[in-house]
Amino acid sequence: MAIRRGRGVAAINYPTGMNLGGDPTQALVHSTPTGNFMVTLSSVDLGQGMKQIMAQICAETIGVPTDRVVVDTADTDTGPHCMGTFASRGTHRAGNAVIQAAKEARQVMLEVAAEELEVNASDLETDGQGNILVKGAPQKSISIFDVALSAHFKRGRSISGRGMFLIPRSYPEKETGAMKPSTCYAHACTVAEVEVDDETGEVTVLTVKNVFEIGRALNPKMVEQQLVGGSWMGISHALYETTEPYYPNRDHGGTDFNQYLMPGPGDLAETEIIVLERPSADGPYGAKGPGEMCANPQIPAVANAVFDAVGVRIDTLPITPERILRALKAQAAH
Amino acid sequence: MELRKSYFADVRKDDLHEIGQPRPRSDSPGHVTGKTAYFADRNFPGMLHLKMVRSPHHHARIRSIDTSEAEKHPGVVKILTAKDVPHNVYTILILIQVGPEDETVLADGKVRWKGEAVVAVLAETERAAQEAAAKVKVDYEVLPAVFDMEEALKPGAPLVNEYHGQNYYLYDSGECRKVRFGDVEAVFAEADHLLEQSYQSSPIEHAPTETTGCVVMPEGNDRFTCYTNTQAMFFTLDNTSIILQMPGSKLHFVGGTVGGGFGGKVDVIVEPIAILGAKLTGRPVSFVYSREEEMQISSPRAAEKVVIKDGVMKDGRIIARKVTGYTDAGAYSRHSPYGAQKGAGHYPGPYTIPYVWIDTYCVYTNRTPSSAMRGFGVTIGDFALEVQMDKLARLIGMDPLEFRFINAYRDGDMKAHRQPTEGAALIECMQEASRAANWPVAKKYMAMSSYVKGA
Repeated sequence: MAIRRGRGVAAINYPTGMNLGGDPTQALVHSTPTGNFMVTLSSVDLGQGMKQIMAQICAETIGVPTDRVVVDTADTDTGPHCMGTFASRGTHRAGNAVIQAAKEARQVMLEVAAEELEVNASDLETDGQGNILVKGAPQKSISIFDVALSAHFKRGRSISGRGMFLIPRSYPEKETGAMKPSTCYAHACTVAEVEVDDETGEVTVLTVKNVFEIGRALNPKMVEQQLVGGSWMGISHALYETTEPYYPNRDHGGTDFNQYLMPGPGDLAETEIIVLERPSADGPYGAKGPGEMCANPQIPAVANAVFDAVGVRIDTLPITPERILRALKAQAAH
Repeated sequence: MELRKSYFADVRKDDLHEIGQPRPRSDSPGHVTGKTAYFADRNFPGMLHLKMVRSPHHHARIRSIDTSEAEKHPGVVKILTAKDVPHNVYTILILIQVGPEDETVLADGKVRWKGEAVVAVLAETERAAQEAAAKVKVDYEVLPAVFDMEEALKPGAPLVNEYHGQNYYLYDSGECRKVRFGDVEAVFAEADHLLEQSYQSSPIEHAPTETTGCVVMPEGNDRFTCYTNTQAMFFTLDNTSIILQMPGSKLHFVGGTVGGGFGGKVDVIVEPIAILGAKLTGRPVSFVYSREEEMQISSPRAAEKVVIKDGVMKDGRIIARKVTGYTDAGAYSRHSPYGAQKGAGHYPGPYTIPYVWIDTYCVYTNRTPSSAMRGFGVTIGDFALEVQMDKLARLIGMDPLEFRFINAYRDGDMKAHRQPTEGAALIECMQEASRAANWPVAKKYMAMSSYVKGA
């Protein structure tokens, strides 16, 4: 009887978005009289930080600091249609819609600035600090604050834009299954290191090293929170979680957090996250959806590590001490 | 977290100002100081609380429902049964023409899973609603139930859902979603080794911090405002409009700040009945799942069975792969037919395999209807695929990581569902994992590329 160590690897890809009935999201952008920008959506922030990311995307596109952008979501009386927050689609679909809306608003903003500065709109650029400059002659400039005032009170222009992103519906071909189920794919590779106590069947995940390729990390800190949480969930799925421990028998299902098991603070693996960025052709600034895939590769990586440690395959989730002990017992009987 | 900028530097411009910056989240101070407003922070004078009477049986005919005792209970204002729901038989994907409608808002004549909603009680307090719910008398005739997917698919199994007529979802392609890419059986005959293995999972709960729920306020102008933690505002509004046979213009949904979803809040379960309660009483209504309801009543991730058969050569090439996937939908469709289909579009994983056969089934059993969850249709498939990859590598005596390099997909490779691979990055992820985990692989694999021809 001993504590045995093993390691396992898994590599996966994951589709961004869903494509069952077409996959649309819309956005509206407008400026206030003093040159702040409102993004109006009906998209839902589940805690992952949708609002913040949409503000950063809008700010990047218009050419202003992020704190000049306010996101208003999700009220069906005011916000345009969004299919919903699921399928790793939020950042990608809403982000593209926000870019389109922000581009249209930026164009009006530059036209008004051009009238004020008596130049062509195509000669102008933003400095990212809240000003509009003449290319090559930056001393000739106007603040976005003044541009907005002019648009509202002098020129009678609405600095606003409409954005729409739609992936058209794909119908799988009946006989061959030919289909276009999604857009860009995120990728991951995880190596997990475990210790298995072959006397109790208990598994300790020592380290989990995750490499994620997500197109572009739009906000690296928020990417990190998503990926670390996902990595934890993957380990939780592998070793702990189920509402029906003796599936297909329906008994013994947990009804609270005392009975429905998940790893607590004392069970956390040493977690490493490395992010690669291969910008996608169709993503907002190249972003892909990282939300779901980050919880997937740990499950098989842990399963493979358990085998590496004690030489038994547990092909049924979750990989509980009971299942490991039964397998070890069966192995010893051979 | 580390950003490894050296990868893909030749196909990426890092010239952005606001994007790529770790700006602090504007909503995090509110979250961590408890000031963020969630739907349940709305409290209106005169608000009623809704509690469900739920089936104690997995499968039963309802002979009769007697609410007379419950109606007399102090504090009870209204009791709803199936006849009160304008369009009681529904399915959420009908919005995108994926039928048939197969689920009841409140059970009518039959219950198909233990925990199914039968009667809704609205009372002045949660306690009164709970006590009155306990006084509702439902006379059941218990029917044989089926819990196992294989049993459910056998001839003569109890029929779970009459709206389907058989215990599987009928696709336009037949009893399963099919992918056919070359003659798999013929190629199996040429393989050095064949390996067929089965994988199984059990249902998994999303376990969000905030349980599913909503608060409804009648606006007095024949409109209803629903404060909800749904993950999809218009999807929920439009389905509610169908179920209640109310024009969408009468419905106003407010949400957008949710305490964790993970796919568990897209089933349109609480809003229609709560709005109906508000409409029939003229009073605000709160319907919030208890933790127990969240755990056992709300949809879990489906249990899945995945059978993978592979033909592999001694040199490490997988030449043919056959996958059969079974998704346990429970008693009703909800999002499951799509989950099974998503699996068909995902197999055989991020590998280029010249011959592929895929069948994915969506199976009905007498359990809590499953639905979407983080990694929908893919997570359990990835578990099966990647354990299978490990087994194949060991079968031919090859390093599991090197074995994956040999089969990894690259730009331009044709996938089984007949889409060319674009933007691949599996090889680079594995190269970096090899470095980070100190798991060395041969030089030729470290020199490979997902997108540079010849590398």
